[in-house]
Amino acid sequence: MSSILEGFSQAFSLMLHFNDELMGIILLSLKVSGTALLVSTVMALPLSAILGFRQFPFRGAFISILNTFMGLPPVVIGLFVYLLLSRSGPLGFMALLYTPTAMIIAQTILAFPIVASLSHAAIMGVDPVIRYAATTLGATPLQVSLTIINEARYGIMAAVIAGFGRVMAEVGAILIVGGNIAGFTRVMTTTIALETDKGNFELALAIGVILLLISLIVNVLLHVFQKKGMTGANR
Amino acid sequence: MSLNLQAVGIDKSYDNNQVLQDCSWSFTEHGIYVLTGVNGCGKSTFLRICALLERPDKGEVRYLDGVHEAPDGMTLMRRITLVLPKAGLFNMSVSRNVSYGLRIRGISGRESNDRTDSVLEFTGLSHKKDQNALTLSSGEAQRVAMARALVIEPEVLFLDEPTASIDEKNTGIIENIILQLKQRGQTTVIMTTHDRVQAERVADRVLLLEGGKIVE
Ligand SMILES: Nc1ncnc2c1ncn2[C@@H]1O[C@H](COP(=O)(O)OP(=O)(O)O)[C@@H](O)[C@H]1O
Ligand SMILES: [Mg+2]
Repeated sequence: MSSILEGFSQAFSLMLHFNDELMGIILLSLKVSGTALLVSTVMALPLSAILGFRQFPFRGAFISILNTFMGLPPVVIGLFVYLLLSRSGPLGFMALLYTPTAMIIAQTILAFPIVASLSHAAIMGVDPVIRYAATTLGATPLQVSLTIINEARYGIMAAVIAGFGRVMAEVGAILIVGGNIAGFTRVMTTTIALETDKGNFELALAIGVILLLISLIVNVLLHVFQKKGMTGANR
Repeated sequence: MSLNLQAVGIDKSYDNNQVLQDCSWSFTEHGIYVLTGVNGCGKSTFLRICALLERPDKGEVRYLDGVHEAPDGMTLMRRITLVLPKAGLFNMSVSRNVSYGLRIRGISGRESNDRTDSVLEFTGLSHKKDQNALTLSSGEAQRVAMARALVIEPEVLFLDEPTASIDEKNTGIIENIILQLKQRGQTTVIMTTHDRVQAERVADRVLLLEGGKIVE
Protein backbone atom coordinates (compact mmCIF):
# COMPACT_ATOMS: atom_id res chain seq x y z
CA MET A 1 0.00 0.00 0.00
CA SER A 2 2.68 2.46 1.02
CA SER A 3 4.67 1.66 -2.09
CA ILE A 4 1.68 2.59 -4.24
CA LEU A 5 1.28 5.88 -2.40
CA GLU A 6 4.97 6.53 -2.65
CA GLY A 7 4.81 5.70 -6.33
CA PHE A 8 2.02 8.22 -6.80
CA SER A 9 3.80 10.98 -4.95
CA GLN A 10 6.95 10.42 -6.96
CA ALA A 11 4.90 10.24 -10.12
CA PHE A 12 3.39 13.63 -9.37
CA SER A 13 6.71 15.18 -8.63
CA LEU A 14 7.91 13.75 -11.93
CA MET A 15 4.96 15.32 -13.68
CA LEU A 16 5.62 18.64 -12.00
CA HIS A 17 9.27 18.66 -12.97
CA PHE A 18 8.61 17.62 -16.50
CA ASN A 19 11.96 16.37 -17.69
CA ASP A 20 13.07 16.21 -21.30
CA GLU A 21 12.73 12.47 -21.47
CA LEU A 22 9.12 12.53 -20.35
CA MET A 23 8.36 15.45 -22.67
CA GLY A 24 9.94 13.62 -25.61
CA ILE A 25 7.89 10.51 -24.96
CA ILE A 26 4.64 12.44 -24.78
CA LEU A 27 5.41 14.46 -27.88
CA LEU A 28 6.33 11.36 -29.87
CA SER A 29 3.06 9.71 -28.83
CA LEU A 30 1.09 12.72 -29.97
CA LYS A 31 3.07 12.97 -33.19
CA VAL A 32 2.73 9.31 -34.15
CA SER A 33 -0.94 9.02 -33.23
CA GLY A 34 -1.80 12.45 -34.59
CA THR A 35 -0.17 11.77 -37.94
CA ALA A 36 -1.74 8.33 -38.17
CA LEU A 37 -5.11 9.87 -37.43
CA LEU A 38 -4.68 12.59 -40.03
CA VAL A 39 -3.66 10.14 -42.73
CA SER A 40 -6.44 7.70 -41.95
CA THR A 41 -9.05 10.48 -41.80
CA VAL A 42 -7.98 11.83 -45.18
CA MET A 43 -8.45 8.37 -46.65
CA ALA A 44 -11.50 7.36 -44.64
CA LEU A 45 -13.68 10.40 -45.32
CA PRO A 46 -13.99 9.96 -49.10
CA LEU A 47 -14.55 6.25 -48.58
CA SER A 48 -17.33 6.82 -46.06
CA ALA A 49 -18.95 9.30 -48.45
CA ILE A 50 -18.78 6.86 -51.36
CA LEU A 51 -20.23 4.13 -49.16
CA GLY A 52 -22.97 6.49 -48.11
CA PHE A 53 -23.91 7.92 -51.50
CA ARG A 54 -23.12 5.27 -54.10
CA GLN A 55 -24.58 1.87 -54.75
CA PHE A 56 -22.17 -0.73 -56.06
CA PRO A 57 -21.72 -4.51 -55.95
CA PHE A 58 -20.54 -5.94 -52.62
CA ARG A 59 -21.15 -2.64 -50.86
CA GLY A 60 -22.80 -4.42 -47.93
CA ALA A 61 -19.96 -6.93 -47.69
CA PHE A 62 -17.46 -4.09 -47.77
CA ILE A 63 -19.18 -2.32 -44.87
CA SER A 64 -19.25 -5.58 -42.88
CA ILE A 65 -15.51 -6.05 -43.42
CA LEU A 66 -14.89 -2.50 -42.30
CA ASN A 67 -16.95 -3.09 -39.16
CA THR A 68 -15.05 -6.29 -38.45
CA PHE A 69 -11.70 -4.53 -38.81
CA MET A 70 -12.82 -2.00 -36.22
CA GLY A 71 -12.34 -4.66 -33.58
CA LEU A 72 -9.10 -6.13 -34.90
CA PRO A 73 -6.56 -6.59 -32.07
CA PRO A 74 -3.67 -4.14 -32.39
CA VAL A 75 -1.11 -6.94 -31.98
CA VAL A 76 -2.46 -8.61 -35.09
CA ILE A 77 -2.05 -5.41 -37.05
CA GLY A 78 1.41 -5.02 -35.55
CA LEU A 79 2.30 -8.51 -36.69
CA PHE A 80 0.95 -7.82 -40.18
CA VAL A 81 2.88 -4.58 -40.55
CA TYR A 82 5.97 -6.27 -39.10
CA LEU A 83 5.82 -8.97 -41.76
CA LEU A 84 5.39 -6.30 -44.43
CA LEU A 85 8.34 -4.23 -43.25
CA SER A 86 10.75 -6.85 -41.97
CA ARG A 87 13.92 -7.26 -43.93
CA SER A 88 12.62 -10.30 -45.83
CA GLY A 89 9.14 -8.78 -46.27
CA PRO A 90 7.81 -7.16 -49.46
CA LEU A 91 8.57 -3.65 -48.19
CA GLY A 92 11.74 -4.62 -46.35
CA PHE A 93 13.93 -2.64 -48.76
CA MET A 94 12.53 0.59 -47.32
CA ALA A 95 14.15 -0.14 -43.95
CA LEU A 96 11.22 1.25 -41.99
CA LEU A 97 10.96 -1.30 -39.24
CA TYR A 98 11.65 0.13 -35.76
CA THR A 99 11.10 3.71 -36.92
CA PRO A 100 8.33 6.18 -36.05
CA THR A 101 7.15 5.83 -39.65
CA ALA A 102 6.45 2.14 -39.10
CA MET A 103 4.44 3.08 -36.01
CA ILE A 104 2.48 5.63 -38.00
CA ILE A 105 1.72 3.04 -40.67
CA ALA A 106 0.47 0.53 -38.08
CA GLN A 107 -1.70 3.10 -36.30
CA THR A 108 -3.07 4.41 -39.57
CA ILE A 109 -4.28 0.91 -40.37
CA LEU A 110 -5.67 0.68 -36.85
CA ALA A 111 -7.57 3.98 -37.00
CA PHE A 112 -8.81 3.74 -40.57
CA PRO A 113 -11.69 1.27 -40.10
CA ILE A 114 -12.94 3.14 -37.05
CA VAL A 115 -12.95 6.55 -38.69
CA ALA A 116 -14.40 5.19 -41.94
CA SER A 117 -17.05 3.05 -40.34
CA LEU A 118 -18.23 5.58 -37.76
CA SER A 119 -18.20 8.42 -40.33
CA HIS A 120 -20.22 6.27 -42.65
CA ALA A 121 -22.70 5.59 -39.87
CA ALA A 122 -22.90 9.34 -39.19
CA ILE A 123 -23.62 10.07 -42.84
CA MET A 124 -26.24 7.32 -43.01
CA GLY A 125 -27.80 8.70 -39.84
CA VAL A 126 -28.64 12.03 -41.46
CA ASP A 127 -32.40 12.34 -41.87
CA PRO A 128 -33.37 11.53 -45.49
CA VAL A 129 -35.48 14.70 -45.50
CA ILE A 130 -32.20 16.65 -45.72
CA ARG A 131 -31.49 15.16 -49.13
CA TYR A 132 -34.98 16.11 -50.24
CA ALA A 133 -34.72 19.62 -48.86
CA ALA A 134 -31.37 20.31 -50.51
CA THR A 135 -32.60 18.96 -53.83
CA THR A 136 -35.75 21.04 -53.83
CA LEU A 137 -33.74 24.14 -53.04
CA GLY A 138 -31.74 23.65 -56.21
CA ALA A 139 -28.61 21.86 -55.03
CA THR A 140 -26.61 19.89 -57.60
CA PRO A 141 -25.93 16.23 -56.73
CA LEU A 142 -22.48 17.17 -55.45
CA GLN A 143 -23.93 20.01 -53.36
CA VAL A 144 -26.52 17.62 -51.96
CA SER A 145 -23.75 15.23 -50.88
CA LEU A 146 -21.73 18.03 -49.31
CA THR A 147 -24.81 19.24 -47.46
CA ILE A 148 -25.40 15.76 -46.04
CA ILE A 149 -21.74 15.49 -44.98
CA ASN A 150 -22.04 18.88 -43.34
CA GLU A 151 -25.12 17.70 -41.42
CA ALA A 152 -23.07 14.69 -40.27
CA ARG A 153 -20.15 16.86 -39.16
CA TYR A 154 -20.43 16.29 -35.44
CA GLY A 155 -20.77 12.56 -35.96
CA ILE A 156 -17.69 12.64 -38.17
CA MET A 157 -15.74 14.57 -35.55
CA ALA A 158 -16.83 12.00 -32.99
CA ALA A 159 -15.54 9.29 -35.34
CA VAL A 160 -12.16 11.00 -35.59
CA ILE A 161 -11.95 11.38 -31.82
CA ALA A 162 -12.88 7.74 -31.30
CA GLY A 163 -10.06 6.83 -33.68
CA PHE A 164 -7.68 9.01 -31.71
CA GLY A 165 -8.70 7.33 -28.48
CA ARG A 166 -8.01 3.92 -29.95
CA VAL A 167 -4.53 4.67 -31.28
CA MET A 168 -3.39 6.70 -28.27
CA ALA A 169 -4.26 3.83 -25.96
CA GLU A 170 -2.91 0.91 -27.93
CA VAL A 171 0.41 -0.71 -27.21
CA GLY A 172 0.47 -3.95 -29.16
CA ALA A 173 1.02 -2.64 -32.66
CA ILE A 174 3.61 0.06 -31.95
CA LEU A 175 5.55 -2.18 -29.62
CA ILE A 176 5.98 -4.77 -32.37
CA VAL A 177 6.83 -2.42 -35.23
CA GLY A 178 8.49 0.36 -33.22
CA GLY A 179 10.58 -1.72 -30.88
CA ASN A 180 10.35 0.73 -27.98
CA ILE A 181 13.78 2.24 -28.60
CA ALA A 182 14.57 4.95 -26.04
CA GLY A 183 14.60 8.43 -27.47
CA PHE A 184 13.50 7.19 -30.88
CA THR A 185 10.37 5.02 -30.88
CA ARG A 186 9.45 5.01 -27.21
CA VAL A 187 5.97 6.37 -26.62
CA MET A 188 3.69 6.60 -23.60
CA THR A 189 2.07 3.17 -23.71
CA THR A 190 5.27 1.31 -24.53
CA THR A 191 7.05 3.16 -21.73
CA ILE A 192 4.42 2.05 -19.25
CA ALA A 193 4.80 -1.54 -20.41
CA LEU A 194 8.58 -1.42 -20.16
CA GLU A 195 8.93 0.52 -16.90
CA THR A 196 6.35 -1.65 -15.16
CA ASP A 197 8.33 -4.65 -16.26
CA LYS A 198 11.45 -3.13 -14.78
CA GLY A 199 9.71 -2.16 -11.55
CA ASN A 200 10.02 1.60 -12.21
CA PHE A 201 6.50 2.38 -11.17
CA GLU A 202 6.93 6.16 -10.76
CA LEU A 203 7.52 6.87 -14.43
CA ALA A 204 4.89 4.31 -15.48
CA LEU A 205 2.37 5.89 -13.11
CA ALA A 206 3.21 9.42 -14.16
CA ILE A 207 2.65 8.55 -17.79
CA GLY A 208 -0.42 6.54 -16.89
CA VAL A 209 -1.96 9.59 -15.23
CA ILE A 210 -1.13 11.78 -18.22
CA LEU A 211 -2.64 9.17 -20.55
CA LEU A 212 -5.71 9.12 -18.37
CA LEU A 213 -6.00 12.90 -18.62
CA ILE A 214 -5.71 12.77 -22.40
CA SER A 215 -8.32 10.05 -22.49
CA LEU A 216 -10.57 12.17 -20.28
CA ILE A 217 -10.23 15.14 -22.60
CA VAL A 218 -10.95 12.91 -25.59
CA ASN A 219 -14.10 11.59 -23.96
CA VAL A 220 -15.33 15.00 -22.97
CA LEU A 221 -14.87 16.17 -26.56
CA LEU A 222 -16.64 13.06 -27.82
CA HIS A 223 -19.57 13.78 -25.55
CA VAL A 224 -19.74 17.41 -26.64
CA PHE A 225 -19.81 16.49 -30.33
CA GLN A 226 -22.34 13.73 -29.84
CA LYS A 227 -24.60 16.17 -28.04
CA LYS A 228 -24.21 18.84 -30.68
CA GLY A 229 -24.97 16.31 -33.38
CA MET A 230 -28.26 15.30 -31.84
CA THR A 231 -31.09 16.67 -33.87
CA GLY A 232 -33.85 18.68 -32.34
CA ALA A 233 -37.44 17.58 -32.44
CA ASN A 234 -38.40 19.96 -35.19
CA ARG A 235 -36.10 19.12 -37.98
CA MET B 1 -43.27 35.92 -69.49
CA SER B 2 -42.73 33.62 -66.65
CA LEU B 3 -42.92 29.97 -65.97
CA ASN B 4 -46.07 27.88 -66.00
CA LEU B 5 -46.71 24.20 -66.12
CA GLN B 6 -48.93 21.53 -67.52
CA ALA B 7 -49.30 18.04 -66.15
CA VAL B 8 -50.42 15.80 -68.97
CA GLY B 9 -51.88 12.33 -68.49
CA ILE B 10 -49.87 11.41 -65.40
CA ASP B 11 -50.01 7.79 -64.21
CA LYS B 12 -48.26 6.70 -61.06
CA SER B 13 -48.48 3.55 -59.04
CA TYR B 14 -46.51 2.12 -56.16
CA ASP B 15 -46.33 -1.66 -56.29
CA ASN B 16 -49.93 -2.53 -57.16
CA ASN B 17 -51.40 0.66 -55.79
CA GLN B 18 -52.45 2.94 -58.63
CA VAL B 19 -52.29 6.42 -57.11
CA LEU B 20 -52.62 8.69 -60.12
CA GLN B 21 -54.44 7.74 -63.29
CA ASP B 22 -54.43 9.98 -66.33
CA CYS B 23 -54.13 13.03 -64.15
CA SER B 24 -53.89 16.32 -66.02
CA TRP B 25 -54.07 20.03 -65.27
CA SER B 26 -52.76 23.24 -66.81
CA PHE B 27 -51.52 25.75 -64.28
CA THR B 28 -51.33 28.53 -66.80
CA GLU B 29 -52.36 31.53 -64.73
CA HIS B 30 -50.53 33.07 -61.83
CA GLY B 31 -52.21 32.60 -58.52
CA ILE B 32 -52.87 30.16 -55.76
CA TYR B 33 -54.01 26.68 -56.66
CA VAL B 34 -55.09 24.55 -53.75
CA LEU B 35 -55.31 20.83 -54.23
CA THR B 36 -57.62 19.06 -51.82
CA GLY B 37 -58.73 15.51 -51.32
CA VAL B 38 -58.89 12.82 -48.68
CA ASN B 39 -55.77 11.49 -46.99
CA GLY B 40 -53.85 9.14 -49.23
CA CYS B 41 -55.55 10.21 -52.48
CA GLY B 42 -52.22 11.13 -54.05
CA LYS B 43 -51.81 14.89 -53.45
CA SER B 44 -48.22 14.67 -52.27
CA THR B 45 -47.37 12.25 -55.05
CA PHE B 46 -48.79 14.62 -57.65
CA LEU B 47 -46.81 17.51 -56.17
CA ARG B 48 -43.54 15.60 -56.13
CA ILE B 49 -44.04 14.61 -59.75
CA CYS B 50 -44.87 18.19 -60.77
CA ALA B 51 -41.80 19.43 -58.89
CA LEU B 52 -39.68 16.97 -60.92
CA LEU B 53 -38.58 15.07 -57.83
CA GLU B 54 -40.15 11.84 -59.01
CA ARG B 55 -40.91 10.47 -62.48
CA PRO B 56 -44.39 9.45 -63.51
CA ASP B 57 -44.97 5.99 -64.99
CA LYS B 58 -46.74 7.61 -67.89
CA GLY B 59 -47.47 11.15 -69.08
CA GLU B 60 -45.31 14.21 -68.65
CA VAL B 61 -44.86 17.45 -66.80
CA ARG B 62 -44.24 20.30 -69.19
CA TYR B 63 -42.79 23.61 -68.14
CA LEU B 64 -43.35 26.53 -70.45
CA ASP B 65 -41.64 29.89 -70.62
CA GLY B 66 -44.61 31.72 -72.06
CA VAL B 67 -45.34 29.60 -75.10
CA HIS B 68 -41.89 28.04 -75.43
CA GLU B 69 -40.72 24.89 -73.77
CA ALA B 70 -38.51 25.84 -70.81
CA PRO B 71 -34.96 24.47 -70.76
CA ASP B 72 -34.90 21.49 -68.45
CA GLY B 73 -32.42 20.03 -66.01
CA MET B 74 -30.73 22.00 -63.27
CA THR B 75 -31.70 25.41 -64.66
CA LEU B 76 -35.36 24.51 -64.45
CA MET B 77 -34.98 22.86 -61.04
CA ARG B 78 -33.61 26.14 -59.74
CA ARG B 79 -36.69 28.10 -60.81
CA ILE B 80 -39.14 25.96 -58.85
CA THR B 81 -39.18 24.60 -55.32
CA LEU B 82 -41.22 22.42 -53.02
CA VAL B 83 -41.70 22.89 -49.30
CA LEU B 84 -42.22 19.58 -47.56
CA PRO B 85 -44.70 18.95 -44.73
CA LYS B 86 -41.68 18.10 -42.56
CA ALA B 87 -39.53 21.23 -42.44
CA GLY B 88 -36.21 19.42 -42.96
CA LEU B 89 -34.08 22.23 -41.58
CA PHE B 90 -30.30 22.09 -41.51
CA ASN B 91 -28.33 22.02 -38.26
CA MET B 92 -27.26 25.67 -38.55
CA SER B 93 -28.60 29.10 -37.68
CA VAL B 94 -31.94 30.30 -39.03
CA SER B 95 -30.31 32.84 -41.32
CA ARG B 96 -27.86 30.29 -42.73
CA ASN B 97 -30.78 27.99 -43.40
CA VAL B 98 -32.55 30.77 -45.24
CA SER B 99 -29.52 31.78 -47.30
CA TYR B 100 -28.77 28.17 -48.29
CA GLY B 101 -30.46 28.44 -51.68
CA LEU B 102 -28.41 31.56 -52.42
CA ARG B 103 -25.11 29.99 -51.37
CA ILE B 104 -25.54 26.99 -53.65
CA ARG B 105 -26.32 29.41 -56.48
CA GLY B 106 -23.08 31.26 -55.86
CA ILE B 107 -24.82 34.36 -54.53
CA SER B 108 -22.98 35.83 -51.55
CA GLY B 109 -22.04 39.04 -49.77
CA ARG B 110 -24.29 42.04 -49.82
CA GLU B 111 -26.93 40.64 -52.15
CA SER B 112 -27.24 37.45 -50.11
CA ASN B 113 -27.52 39.39 -46.85
CA ASP B 114 -30.12 41.78 -48.21
CA ARG B 115 -32.29 39.07 -49.69
CA THR B 116 -32.02 36.90 -46.58
CA ASP B 117 -32.88 39.78 -44.25
CA SER B 118 -35.85 40.84 -46.31
CA VAL B 119 -37.29 37.30 -46.42
CA LEU B 120 -36.69 36.91 -42.68
CA GLU B 121 -38.68 40.05 -42.12
CA PHE B 122 -41.42 38.95 -44.53
CA THR B 123 -41.85 35.70 -42.60
CA GLY B 124 -41.57 37.36 -39.18
CA LEU B 125 -38.33 35.63 -38.23
CA SER B 126 -35.88 38.54 -37.96
CA HIS B 127 -35.57 38.16 -34.20
CA LYS B 128 -34.70 34.47 -34.57
CA LYS B 129 -32.04 34.83 -37.23
CA ASP B 130 -29.06 33.74 -35.10
CA GLN B 131 -30.80 30.89 -33.31
CA ASN B 132 -30.02 27.30 -34.30
CA ALA B 133 -32.89 26.18 -36.52
CA LEU B 134 -33.26 22.83 -34.79
CA THR B 135 -34.23 24.54 -31.55
CA LEU B 136 -37.31 26.28 -33.00
CA SER B 137 -40.93 25.41 -32.34
CA SER B 138 -42.63 23.48 -35.12
CA GLY B 139 -44.52 26.57 -36.26
CA GLU B 140 -41.37 28.63 -36.49
CA ALA B 141 -39.58 25.75 -38.21
CA GLN B 142 -42.27 25.62 -40.88
CA ARG B 143 -41.88 29.36 -41.42
CA VAL B 144 -38.11 28.94 -41.83
CA ALA B 145 -38.83 26.24 -44.42
CA MET B 146 -41.05 28.79 -46.23
CA ALA B 147 -38.43 31.50 -45.95
CA ARG B 148 -35.73 29.18 -47.27
CA ALA B 149 -37.89 28.55 -50.33
CA LEU B 150 -38.93 32.17 -50.85
CA VAL B 151 -35.41 33.55 -50.81
CA ILE B 152 -34.68 31.91 -54.15
CA GLU B 153 -37.69 33.70 -55.64
CA PRO B 154 -39.21 30.62 -57.22
CA GLU B 155 -41.52 31.11 -60.15
CA VAL B 156 -43.51 28.05 -59.14
CA LEU B 157 -43.77 27.27 -55.43
CA PHE B 158 -45.16 23.93 -54.28
CA LEU B 159 -46.36 23.72 -50.71
CA ASP B 160 -47.26 20.28 -49.40
CA GLU B 161 -49.58 20.60 -46.39
CA PRO B 162 -47.75 23.70 -45.14
CA THR B 163 -49.88 23.96 -42.01
CA ALA B 164 -50.61 20.31 -41.25
CA SER B 165 -48.56 20.07 -38.07
CA ILE B 166 -48.77 23.56 -36.58
CA ASP B 167 -51.02 25.64 -34.37
CA GLU B 168 -53.64 28.24 -35.32
CA LYS B 169 -51.42 31.26 -34.85
CA ASN B 170 -48.66 29.94 -37.11
CA THR B 171 -51.24 28.69 -39.57
CA GLY B 172 -52.56 32.25 -39.74
CA ILE B 173 -49.08 33.63 -40.31
CA ILE B 174 -48.38 31.15 -43.10
CA GLU B 175 -51.73 31.78 -44.79
CA ASN B 176 -50.91 35.47 -44.64
CA ILE B 177 -47.58 34.89 -46.33
CA ILE B 178 -49.34 32.97 -49.08
CA LEU B 179 -51.89 35.74 -49.54
CA GLN B 180 -49.14 38.34 -49.78
CA LEU B 181 -47.41 36.25 -52.43
CA LYS B 182 -50.66 36.37 -54.35
CA GLN B 183 -50.65 40.17 -54.20
CA ARG B 184 -47.07 40.36 -55.42
CA GLY B 185 -48.19 38.21 -58.33
CA GLN B 186 -44.80 36.85 -59.31
CA THR B 187 -45.23 33.30 -58.13
CA THR B 188 -47.57 30.50 -58.98
CA VAL B 189 -48.37 28.67 -55.76
CA ILE B 190 -49.58 25.10 -55.90
CA MET B 191 -50.39 23.77 -52.46
CA THR B 192 -52.13 20.82 -50.94
CA THR B 193 -54.32 20.70 -47.89
CA HIS B 194 -56.90 18.32 -46.55
CA ASP B 195 -58.61 21.31 -44.92
CA ARG B 196 -61.34 22.51 -47.27
CA VAL B 197 -62.00 25.63 -45.25
CA GLN B 198 -58.37 26.66 -45.53
CA ALA B 199 -58.54 25.93 -49.24
CA GLU B 200 -61.40 28.39 -49.64
CA ARG B 201 -59.58 31.01 -47.57
CA VAL B 202 -56.45 31.22 -49.68
CA ALA B 203 -57.19 29.77 -53.10
CA ASP B 204 -57.81 31.45 -56.42
CA ARG B 205 -58.74 28.03 -57.58
CA VAL B 206 -59.62 24.96 -55.54
CA LEU B 207 -58.93 21.62 -57.17
CA LEU B 208 -60.10 18.23 -55.99
CA LEU B 209 -58.07 15.08 -56.46
CA GLU B 210 -60.26 12.00 -56.52
CA GLY B 211 -59.87 8.57 -58.08
CA GLY B 212 -56.39 9.44 -59.31
CA LYS B 213 -57.57 12.49 -61.25
CA ILE B 214 -58.07 16.17 -60.73
CA VAL B 215 -61.81 16.52 -61.12
CA GLU B 216 -62.49 20.23 -60.79
N1 LIG C 1 -42.80 6.13 -51.92
C1 LIG C 1 -43.94 5.44 -51.81
N2 LIG C 1 -43.92 4.10 -51.80
C2 LIG C 1 -45.07 3.38 -51.70
N3 LIG C 1 -46.29 3.93 -51.61
C3 LIG C 1 -46.37 5.27 -51.62
C4 LIG C 1 -45.21 6.10 -51.72
N4 LIG C 1 -45.61 7.40 -51.71
C5 LIG C 1 -46.94 7.37 -51.61
N5 LIG C 1 -47.41 6.10 -51.56
C6 LIG C 1 -48.83 5.70 -51.48
O1 LIG C 1 -49.53 6.45 -52.42
C7 LIG C 1 -50.78 6.85 -51.90
C8 LIG C 1 -50.91 8.37 -51.99
O2 LIG C 1 -50.01 8.99 -51.08
P1 LIG C 1 -49.88 10.56 -50.96
O3 LIG C 1 -49.57 11.09 -52.30
O4 LIG C 1 -48.89 10.82 -49.91
O5 LIG C 1 -51.33 10.99 -50.52
P2 LIG C 1 -51.82 12.36 -49.87
O6 LIG C 1 -50.70 13.33 -49.91
O7 LIG C 1 -52.99 12.78 -50.71
O8 LIG C 1 -52.26 12.05 -48.49
C9 LIG C 1 -50.87 6.33 -50.49
O9 LIG C 1 -51.61 5.16 -50.52
C10 LIG C 1 -49.44 6.03 -50.13
O10 LIG C 1 -49.36 4.96 -49.26
MG1 LIG D 1 -49.67 14.25 -48.39
